[in-house]
Amino acid sequence: MDGDALVLLTGFLAAAIRISTPLLLAATGEMLNERAGVINLGVEGAMLAGALASAIGAAAYGSGAGVALAVLAGVAVAALFSAVAIGARADQIITGTAITLGAIGLTGTIYRTAFGPGGPGLTLPTLPAVAIPGLSAIPVLGPALFEQPLLTYLAWLLVPATFWFLFRSWWGLALRATGESPESARASGVPVERVQILATLVGGALAGLAGATLVLAQVGTFAEKMTAGRGFIAIAIVVLGRWHPVGVLLAALLIGGANALQFLFQAMGLAAPYQLFLVMPYLLALLALAVRTKR
Amino acid sequence: MSGPAARALLTGTIALLTGFAVLAMGLAAAGYDPVLALGALWRGAFGSWYALTSATLVRSIPLIILGLGLALGFRAGVFNIGAEGQFYAGAIAATWVGLQVTGWPAFAAVGAVWLAALVAGTLWIVVPVLLKARFGVLEVISTLLLNFVAEATVSYAVTGPLMEAKRIYPQSDPIAATARLPVLPGSRLHLGILVALVLATLFWWLFTRTAWGFRLRAVGLGPRAAEVSGRISSGRVVAVALLCSGALAGLGGGVEITGVTYTLFQNLSPGYGFTAIAVALLARNHPVGVIFTGLLFGALEAGAQGMQREAGVPAVAVQVTEAVIILVIVLAEVLVRRAGTLRASEPAADER
Repeated sequence: MDGDALVLLTGFLAAAIRISTPLLLAATGEMLNERAGVINLGVEGAMLAGALASAIGAAAYGSGAGVALAVLAGVAVAALFSAVAIGARADQIITGTAITLGAIGLTGTIYRTAFGPGGPGLTLPTLPAVAIPGLSAIPVLGPALFEQPLLTYLAWLLVPATFWFLFRSWWGLALRATGESPESARASGVPVERVQILATLVGGALAGLAGATLVLAQVGTFAEKMTAGRGFIAIAIVVLGRWHPVGVLLAALLIGGANALQFLFQAMGLAAPYQLFLVMPYLLALLALAVRTKR
Repeated sequence: MSGPAARALLTGTIALLTGFAVLAMGLAAAGYDPVLALGALWRGAFGSWYALTSATLVRSIPLIILGLGLALGFRAGVFNIGAEGQFYAGAIAATWVGLQVTGWPAFAAVGAVWLAALVAGTLWIVVPVLLKARFGVLEVISTLLLNFVAEATVSYAVTGPLMEAKRIYPQSDPIAATARLPVLPGSRLHLGILVALVLATLFWWLFTRTAWGFRLRAVGLGPRAAEVSGRISSGRVVAVALLCSGALAGLGGGVEITGVTYTLFQNLSPGYGFTAIAVALLARNHPVGVIFTGLLFGALEAGAQGMQREAGVPAVAVQVTEAVIILVIVLAEVLVRRAGTLRASEPAADER
């Protein structure tokens, strides 16, 4: 009985981390551009574009190419957003919404054109889990934390990296200054627009990577609208994590964990409509906004 | 025609042409025949009396109703991007009530169904309104997140409590015959078109002839200024605007159930809630403009189906056109605003 419970727990933790990885990647990117004063609702579109690009790249040239192509696609989507919302200073909210809308249309069209209207689907080999020698032997936590695909480790390594960048580097200071007071940042010589554009492009790259994670490390195929609002949830995660790398990590784990509960409950034989688990992350994100936004 | 109206028409036309140019180029790049595809789009929208009434106009109805609600919010400076979810909330409520009203007189049945839809749409946006009022949560994200909850709720409803009696397909039974709207003989065009037109007129009157419309506009142009100089409670105006836009989106769902599908199923909406954003923006949030842009996007959605049938182009391709149109409009607004600040003596860019 105890052994079964431990197996369940390990499975739950592993699922929580697997599900939270794309959220963590997208939210880390969105945090960077929000710190620079840019809210990009196009992150959902960038993630979707990354998902399709990774599927196409992986199908043709292997998973490495898939990941690279996903990053490029995410950057391309973010570049369009930057041109309109930062370059021309159009409304960020409307621009981001339109870009996500366009990305849904574009990815849907490309996918159907390439793989047929019914979407017979392509099956991609998912990225293998890489066990970290020694650490993966730790009971319960080991298999959950240290037997993950490389992209998961990358997402976790980004947490200290962005922390260092934001709070210990000159560019991080410039980025935060840009977000907090563009006028004074400009006055002290920070190229405000350039910082905002760079931050948005990095955000797009991470959103693309998030899409690749979803396809190559989780689902193993592409489906239309498969990101299903994960980009928007990432925005809520940024708020819940108080625009801090460690906070964003914890928030992503919380939402991922809530999502992974369905596996735990199913394994325990609890009968509940699966839609209840489906809506959990959205409701939790909404709750998070309420708890955290209060200034 | 006044200066701003002419300018709106001009930017609208440029936006449309750009949207179609991008579509044509994209189709050509993807290996489709753009002439065939755009021809099919035209025929799907206007090629016959049936296409015009049963495809274009039928799709315009929800777009006009939802577009009016969004225009109301945009005027007050708030972005309800959850119209899709409110539409579904309205559709669920409409279906549930529609199944109970067997034997009622038609006007009572339809009235009850629409009222339920309206209330459900309003309730669906209550949480974002409260979160905004109480905690300052961006309505954009809260309304967006609830879209996914609404879609999951539909999925639950049609596989659970509202599933058809035969229990084969994930859809509801058709609503009572008395709750179904009359249609124009020989077509699928239903009475909902009158609802859309009446609502547009009502909104035109509200926006231009009432103090409430003025307050809405004042808050939209500058909530602080409105509070200080006009003693307007901008929080209340914003809340009412959001609730109304939710109510309209919900009603749109109810009209769709009573006029078109009679049953509830998943993917009932081909993204009306998002297309309605383009409808409102292209109309510059003007109610009469919404009628025309609603017709236009209805034609685009109808044409997309024709394009898929005749030229094999996936219908979702037109979403790219819609996105381009929105982007060109926000860009044009920036240009106009800049020109306006250069010539400060001119009236504000979006004044009518």
